[in-house]
Amino acid sequence: MNAPTKLTPDDFATDQEVRWCPGCGDYAILKAVHKTLPELGATRENTVFVSGIGCAARFPYYINTYGFHTIHGRAAAVATGVKLANPELNVWVVGGDGDSLSIGGNHLFHLLRRNVNVQYLMFNNEIYGLTKGQFSPTSRIGTRSPSTPQGSVDRPANGLRFALGAGARFVGRAIDIQQVNLGALLKRAHAHKGASFVEILQNCIVYNDDVFAHITDKKVAADAQILVEDGKPLLFGKDKSKGLVLNTKTLAVEVVTLGENGVGLDDILVHDEKNRVLGGLLADMEPPFPVALGVIYCDPAESYEASAYAQIAIEKSKNPKPDINKLLRSGNVWTVE
Amino acid sequence: MVGSVADAASQGRRKKVESVVVRFAGDSGDGMQITGSQFSSSTALAGNDLATFPDFPAEIRAPIGTTFGVSAFQINFGSRTIKTSGDKSDVLVAMNAAALKVSLSNLREGGLIILDTGSFNERNFIKAGYKVDPRTDGSLAQYQVMEIDISKMSLDVAKPLGLSQKEALRCKNMWTLGLVYWMYDRDLQPTLDWLQGKFGTKAPEVAAANIAALKAGHAFGETVEISGDYTGYSIGQANIEKGLYRLVQGSEALSWGLLAGSQLAGLDMLLASYPITPSSPVLHSLSDLKAFGVVTFQAEDEIAAACAAIGASYAGKLGVTASSGPGIALKTEAIGLAIGTELPLVVVNTQRAGPSTGLPTKTEQSDLYLAVYGRNADAPMPVISVSSPGDAFEAAIEAVRIAVKYMTPVMLLSDGYIANAAEPWLVPDMADYKPFPVKFRTDPEGFHPFVRDPQTLARAWAIPGTPGLAHRIGGIERDYDSGNISYEPENHQRMTDVRANKIRGIANDIPEQRVEVGTASGKMVVVGWGSTYGPINRAVSNMRDEGYDVSHIHLRYIWPLPRNLGDLLRSYDQVLIAEMNTGQLKTLLRSEYLVPAEGLNKVSGQPLMISEVEDAIRTRLATAKAAE
Repeated sequence: MNAPTKLTPDDFATDQEVRWCPGCGDYAILKAVHKTLPELGATRENTVFVSGIGCAARFPYYINTYGFHTIHGRAAAVATGVKLANPELNVWVVGGDGDSLSIGGNHLFHLLRRNVNVQYLMFNNEIYGLTKGQFSPTSRIGTRSPSTPQGSVDRPANGLRFALGAGARFVGRAIDIQQVNLGALLKRAHAHKGASFVEILQNCIVYNDDVFAHITDKKVAADAQILVEDGKPLLFGKDKSKGLVLNTKTLAVEVVTLGENGVGLDDILVHDEKNRVLGGLLADMEPPFPVALGVIYCDPAESYEASAYAQIAIEKSKNPKPDINKLLRSGNVWTVE
Repeated sequence: MVGSVADAASQGRRKKVESVVVRFAGDSGDGMQITGSQFSSSTALAGNDLATFPDFPAEIRAPIGTTFGVSAFQINFGSRTIKTSGDKSDVLVAMNAAALKVSLSNLREGGLIILDTGSFNERNFIKAGYKVDPRTDGSLAQYQVMEIDISKMSLDVAKPLGLSQKEALRCKNMWTLGLVYWMYDRDLQPTLDWLQGKFGTKAPEVAAANIAALKAGHAFGETVEISGDYTGYSIGQANIEKGLYRLVQGSEALSWGLLAGSQLAGLDMLLASYPITPSSPVLHSLSDLKAFGVVTFQAEDEIAAACAAIGASYAGKLGVTASSGPGIALKTEAIGLAIGTELPLVVVNTQRAGPSTGLPTKTEQSDLYLAVYGRNADAPMPVISVSSPGDAFEAAIEAVRIAVKYMTPVMLLSDGYIANAAEPWLVPDMADYKPFPVKFRTDPEGFHPFVRDPQTLARAWAIPGTPGLAHRIGGIERDYDSGNISYEPENHQRMTDVRANKIRGIANDIPEQRVEVGTASGKMVVVGWGSTYGPINRAVSNMRDEGYDVSHIHLRYIWPLPRNLGDLLRSYDQVLIAEMNTGQLKTLLRSEYLVPAEGLNKVSGQPLMISEVEDAIRTRLATAKAAE
């Protein structure tokens, strides 16, 4: 083999025609991933993208690594098998909100609780795109769609809360078009040993356009988002003039303005990635609270496949030269002469 | 056979018999399965041939004394070749009234009943559904009845050794086993060793009590023998092939076969499974073989198990998933993915009875349609069946061979009877097996993921981690010439055809169908598959001894079928398909070969009996003769 040459984003693009609708948020995510992979030092041969079914799940066809486009909802299960078969592989899972939280909710739950060392990217556009616009498990109440002409009555699922509830040790959120933040989050997710759950708010231009506009529009973004950073006060708004405090009586987060009502920087909550309770409070925030972005919770623990192979190693050390013939002859045997 | 008590007693010595069927029946908490398996081991070590049939309820501990809580273990053993666990039992050991009630119809006329009178009080027999004590109303008149207060005798020996009343009572299965050991002149030592090994260090008083009970039961037998009331029997050694033997259960042999197959393929294996009766023992066996590099994954559900196994195959291990009917139904979409992406996968289906939950602990062969046809779209896959516990080893190796050679999922059909039954097994030597090492694709020249071997039509297996071969595969139809997504009509036709031809072509890589017993043409052939091997084989042999022109064909390969099978079937006047379903193989063979096959079908959850097959042969051949 030649000495490894540094790969570029283009090296991770495939020759396949991208089949997403023009203007789809998936393009931005694809771009961020193409850009991030070389920065991680990823190789084409050791990287695997596994997906389920849906618009998001077409992702592997456009990444020049190993890729497996599987069946609806089951990417997490397939990826678990891939990682268990070869823990050395750098495994990414891609799914939409329906793929991940509806048909595949069970598998995602178990992938997270087991802590399989993969990056799970959930593209959340709050709609079923590929089946032409039905409401999804993350759609807000009242979403009008072909299957809910009078508006949906289902209460939506919160992906980050779900992940935390499942026992995920890494939970983060980003917005499709925020390339820098998204790239940084992908890098953190990759660096995390164990299951990393990343929710990406992704605009579906055809069936649910601007569903996140109240968070992402330039006019409101500063007040509608908060990018959390470990060890730093939870500040947001123009000039970082607003902050989050904890009301210790209600155990709820409140929004305050620095300098008003005697609130100083010392009163502001400081983000602690390892604090699961705080992670839950941040995951819950939705307008009129700012929506939390970045690494919301990160507290590593040994991964599932590492524990599984540790057991195998112990068994192998007890029986270094296992022999089937010996196995078949163990226990009560007798000879017929 | 067990002779009459009077005859035997008058001879005053052990009476020689050729073969015996004993059925141990009791509450699910009475330890009947342990009793049966201990008796099997001792019997195997005594040099008899044998076949067993553990017959237990789905409930772990059903309410004591109820008929639905009866757990039974039947063993047929003898000095001749034993092919089935026996149609009717010669001896019924009934630990309570419910066991008597449930198992009596299975006892032959004149058979011996050993009754524990200690658990045979009024409350007990009413609970079992008797209106009056069956011992008093003449309903047992056609049998010999040996009434013993086994409960009390067990308490008498076990309690002084420091056991509570409840614990001491649990020793009654060992007391009974001791008595039956005396009756058939079995060596106590293997069971003594087993008890010592199981309880010796953990609970020495339990070991001591059980050993005392076993010996007491044995001594009781010697005493009644001296008194002349009863006599024991002796059974000569069976004339079986020379070599090293062990007892093996189907699920065990199947697990070892999967391991052996993966080694012959040069692959590590990953079993992904979800607990289900009666398939779980495969997960248990393989979970204890980590030293061999076996990875086992207890998934969150059946679908995840299939998908993780597929993921493992994609990444270069041998992916295996094991389940039973309802679980296999859940896996079908994933199996379709493996068919479409052409990845090796072994799907073990230990069949059980009935649709939906059905009868989880009872046996049936009713997933043949599911195996051959049960997927959306045109999704062919090879199907291999297991015909006996020991055969599961060979069949599993063959399933692995075909899966990796042809890059396809393979369904391996076992059933609840095979999984739980045990038989003496001539232990194979791995040196006798020809390896079939997998060669992963490493050459980038001319590579695309669906480039095919011109002979086998199998696609290249290129695994993640291989430089220069990064590629994408998926469930969407793939272009024949590039592997890329393709929605072209002609391409779909071509890919559908190549998938079908690849599987059909396997017929050239499997042995021609042979005739198990009889001739390659004649008046009648009985065709079977799977666990009906024993009863069909014995029935056909018996009928041939009586002069009937009948042969036995037994299929291992359900799909594709052996290449000579059509011609072979057409060479008989009558084709009778004996199977434990309502006619699935019959439909398959009719549709493939347009032969006028007829069915002998049974779906009671109980194995096919020799007499049932004999009756069917006799009736049909007599009718044919009358028509001549």
